[in-house]
Amino acid sequence: MARPDALRHRGFLAGAALFALFALASLGAPWLAPHDPLGVAAGGGATLERPSAAHPFGTDALGRDLLSRVLWGGRVSLVVGIGVELLVVVVGCAIGLAAGFYGGALDAALMRATDVVMAFPSLVLAIGLIAVFERPGLDKVVVVLVALGWTTIARVVRGAVLSLKTRDYVQAARALGAGQRAIMLRHLLPNTLGPLLVAATIGVGGNMVAEAGLSFLGLGAQSPTLSWGALLADGQSFLGSAPWVAVFPGLALLLAVLGVNLLGDGLRDLLDPRFRE
Amino acid sequence: MLFGITLLVFLLNAVALGDPARAAMGQRADPEALARLRQEYKLDRPLAVQYATWMGRLARGDLGTSFREQRPVAEVLAERAPATLRLALAATLIAVALGVGAGALAAARPGSALDHALMGAAVLGISTPVFWLGMMLALVFAVTLGWLPVSGYGDGALAHLVLPALTLGALHTGTVARMTRSSLLEVVRQDYVQAARAKGLSERVVLLKHALRNALIPVVTVIGIGLADLLVGAPLTETVFAWPGLGRLLVAAVGQRDLPVVMGAVLVFAVVYVVGNLLVDLAYLAIDPRTRRGAA
Repeated sequence: MARPDALRHRGFLAGAALFALFALASLGAPWLAPHDPLGVAAGGGATLERPSAAHPFGTDALGRDLLSRVLWGGRVSLVVGIGVELLVVVVGCAIGLAAGFYGGALDAALMRATDVVMAFPSLVLAIGLIAVFERPGLDKVVVVLVALGWTTIARVVRGAVLSLKTRDYVQAARALGAGQRAIMLRHLLPNTLGPLLVAATIGVGGNMVAEAGLSFLGLGAQSPTLSWGALLADGQSFLGSAPWVAVFPGLALLLAVLGVNLLGDGLRDLLDPRFRE
Repeated sequence: MLFGITLLVFLLNAVALGDPARAAMGQRADPEALARLRQEYKLDRPLAVQYATWMGRLARGDLGTSFREQRPVAEVLAERAPATLRLALAATLIAVALGVGAGALAAARPGSALDHALMGAAVLGISTPVFWLGMMLALVFAVTLGWLPVSGYGDGALAHLVLPALTLGALHTGTVARMTRSSLLEVVRQDYVQAARAKGLSERVVLLKHALRNALIPVVTVIGIGLADLLVGAPLTETVFAWPGLGRLLVAAVGQRDLPVVMGAVLVFAVVYVVGNLLVDLAYLAIDPRTRRGAA
């Protein structure tokens, strides 16, 4: 697991710092935000005001403080990014573990299911799946992302389990009379943690981008729910007159995703000996 | 070879199965459409029958009728496909040219400032949300500098293609650059490259003529993987630039819950993806003689 090497890996450190900043800013939004993100006249701000001391990121078309909106929007990104991934990990682990451990027809069926999901470009399928619901919304985004996301984790866990289950220590546990559940949960699952952590971290970034993308397209978070994607959709309308409305939410999204990606790359370098130089 | 084809058939088959069922689930909202679709796809019959009916129609190129436009879906899709194809080709061209170039430059002096800068840019390109990048490019080159049009198809004028293609190609460029670099660094360590150096060939010739060719083999795979990036980026890029392609059609159809069009568009994207990956596999065989015997 993570060694002091982590402290010398620059990408990992940068990623961790960016992610910490993103998490703190989002979680602290209620205290950090200078104005009410939804309050039209809360700051007494004029509409589409340039960034200033009172409104560091400027104001939007309704005179709402953009900094406050970006901070609150980060919460959606954080919650969807991590929340979806936690669900994905639970589902993916269960499926991957069962497929790898039992093998046979179950494995074939589960892997065929992952093949099918993976045969689609992910976001395209996600967009299409949103059409299943009566009305788009953030909750539907979560459902769709979980429904599509488990495949990667299932494959990672299955692969790890396949290579682990023939190892001596597993055979020893079996010889000692350990039950199947005990072998799966106590002996196999903990040893898949490395690759699992890497895949899940990268997944968090993917979820954040997907949520923002869907919300940008009007198929995700609906007003008044604040999401960086939805803020960017607003921003596009005023690209010519008030570019800051588009610049800041996007910059926030970029830095947050960059942080997660660097963290994921770093974890891979640190945990997977094949990537060690 | 045989494996590739059967895999493709299997995947197409699997791809088609999910669609009618999904459409059926979505009908709770819209009784009128439900009745129409039920009739059209025999949704009251067992799944296997529905599937057979749907596949039968599909085999004849019948994708159903658009709820909104009251026209065959195939016709609607065919109208939009050329714009997306054009955009995707331009984006691939940009990604391969810039990506291989940047990757080779970075690999020429690993660890140098240039290497760090290029790879930093690559990570940035991979992490930048496609639609935001598009907006920023539009802001700089269209709104501020006024060099290029902000959006639209412009009757196919090249100037209208530049920003969308750059936007769509950016993610892919980063991936190709990273892969080219790591692959090149791997190849450079091999004996035949050392031999070329020992012969007294210049570093440039060694890198470009000897190493790069073999290093590009994994890059072909990445170009295939990049196809996914292109397809995923198309709805976003096309929306930002009001590009009249399949991606924007899909987004609009989802917004209007025009399910036959949604199904058709998703199907087209998936088929392009699967066929594209098959072509990459075939290209692999052509480029790398080592893969020809046995495995395939």
